[in-house]
Amino acid sequence: MVMPQIKEAVDTAALPETDNAVVARSVSKTYGDVEALKNLTLEFPRGQLTSLLGPSGCGKTTLLKIIAGLLKPTSGEIEVNGKPVTGPGPDRAFVFQDFALMPWATVLRNVAFGLELRGVARSEREAIAEKYIADVGLKGFENSYPHQLSGGMRQRVGLARALSVDADVLLMDEPFSAVDEQTRRKFQEDLLNLVQHENKTFIFVTHSIEEAVYVSDQIAILLPRPSRVSEIIRPTDLRHKNTDTLRRDPEYLDIVDSIWASLRSYVE
Amino acid sequence: MTLFGYRLPAMSSLLLWALVWEIVGQLDLTFFVPPLSEVMVTLTSVIGTSPFLKALSETAQAFAAGVFFAVVIGIPVGILMGKSRLIDELLLPWVNMFLSAPLTALVPVLMVLFGFGMKSIIITTTLFAIWIIILNTRAGVLQINRSLVEMAHSYGASPLQAFYKIYFWAALPEILGGVRIGVIRAVKGVIIGQLLISIVGFGALFELYANNFLMAHFWAVLIVLFALAFSVSEFLAYLERRVSYYAASR
Repeated sequence: MVMPQIKEAVDTAALPETDNAVVARSVSKTYGDVEALKNLTLEFPRGQLTSLLGPSGCGKTTLLKIIAGLLKPTSGEIEVNGKPVTGPGPDRAFVFQDFALMPWATVLRNVAFGLELRGVARSEREAIAEKYIADVGLKGFENSYPHQLSGGMRQRVGLARALSVDADVLLMDEPFSAVDEQTRRKFQEDLLNLVQHENKTFIFVTHSIEEAVYVSDQIAILLPRPSRVSEIIRPTDLRHKNTDTLRRDPEYLDIVDSIWASLRSYVE
Repeated sequence: MTLFGYRLPAMSSLLLWALVWEIVGQLDLTFFVPPLSEVMVTLTSVIGTSPFLKALSETAQAFAAGVFFAVVIGIPVGILMGKSRLIDELLLPWVNMFLSAPLTALVPVLMVLFGFGMKSIIITTTLFAIWIIILNTRAGVLQINRSLVEMAHSYGASPLQAFYKIYFWAALPEILGGVRIGVIRAVKGVIIGQLLISIVGFGALFELYANNFLMAHFWAVLIVLFALAFSVSEFLAYLERRVSYYAASR
């Protein structure tokens, strides 16, 4: 097995000792003859945002769903907080690409749904849900239905639902791909804030190079056929820069360019 | 609908056909069709009588019980078929067969199995209604958004919770459509049961009036039955419209 080379994007100086919230160990997944993932090993440092980036068909969503416990790996294992994953658990919360809101339920009930399933009393779970609805900027929409909201607002509901169950690990499956460009930029900024202020580990699937470089502490580049981690990039320095000027920072642009250089031959 | 620039009120066609009926009746073309006005007069005189009320309550009980069983058995079976490939493969041929089978031919078998009483009538009613409810529920579950199911699973829903918090609600528009058609078929079922199994309820009235050529009475009871079936079906259609706001956005 070829170990993925870890390339420090900027300085290779002492990386602070981090423990890993999630570890994937030689995970393989096959569907019939198709290898979706092959012998994939990857570590997700606690409190950081790791992006899974790659062309379509590289198995990034498959990996995310295996971590979520929604899919079983053919071989290998996932550890969350040192414990092997056997199925979905309260230590992980999922944010879906298509929002996955219950159209028959209000925003309040949708956000509180994770707590409802856990048997939290109604008044208690609604108080928690109201707090997170306000946090994601949807105060006043508690009694609206999903079809009355825009795509961006719906994904805020999905995010509030994931936050309200207070999981250690947030799994986000291309959460911003179904919202418009301006909303997406706002989301990316909000996500950076969230990573900074919530002590959670984020695993973020995206196919946008710019998005990955903008929000990530660590970017795992996945390549298809057979799917594997080809490179891990830590844009450590970018995280200390001002987010307002980040998009025209030369270092940011260099990293985006170099990722594109390594991915372009796989994009058909 | 508009005709020559005039907006026609709802049910205009009903008025037109009522008029045609009245004219045909007045022309005295056949004893089978008395004038509508005569039918309506008979209707008002019959409707308060104790034989009519007795028939109504017998029919309503059998109908309600039959629909009840069709719904509480049909919806869970339909959901299970939509969820599980195995159960679907096992049951689908039977459901399709019974949906299109001439169920009336089965009634004598039911009489042998369950006797000549209320039980057989209720089972007949259920058999008329249940198959379309199962099929529609199954279709509703099959079109549920995968990620909604994954969402429930990832937030820790037990199979039972997924069943009644997600599958039922997500399939509700189709379920209501199925129940509405099922109810209409149940009306057929209950009358056939009351004609063939034991002559009670509206079935007995139809038998009595038809045998004695009391055509005005016959039509009067038929109109009452039609009105009842129509009201139930319209009520269910109203419920369907209540959930249609999310049918398109699942």
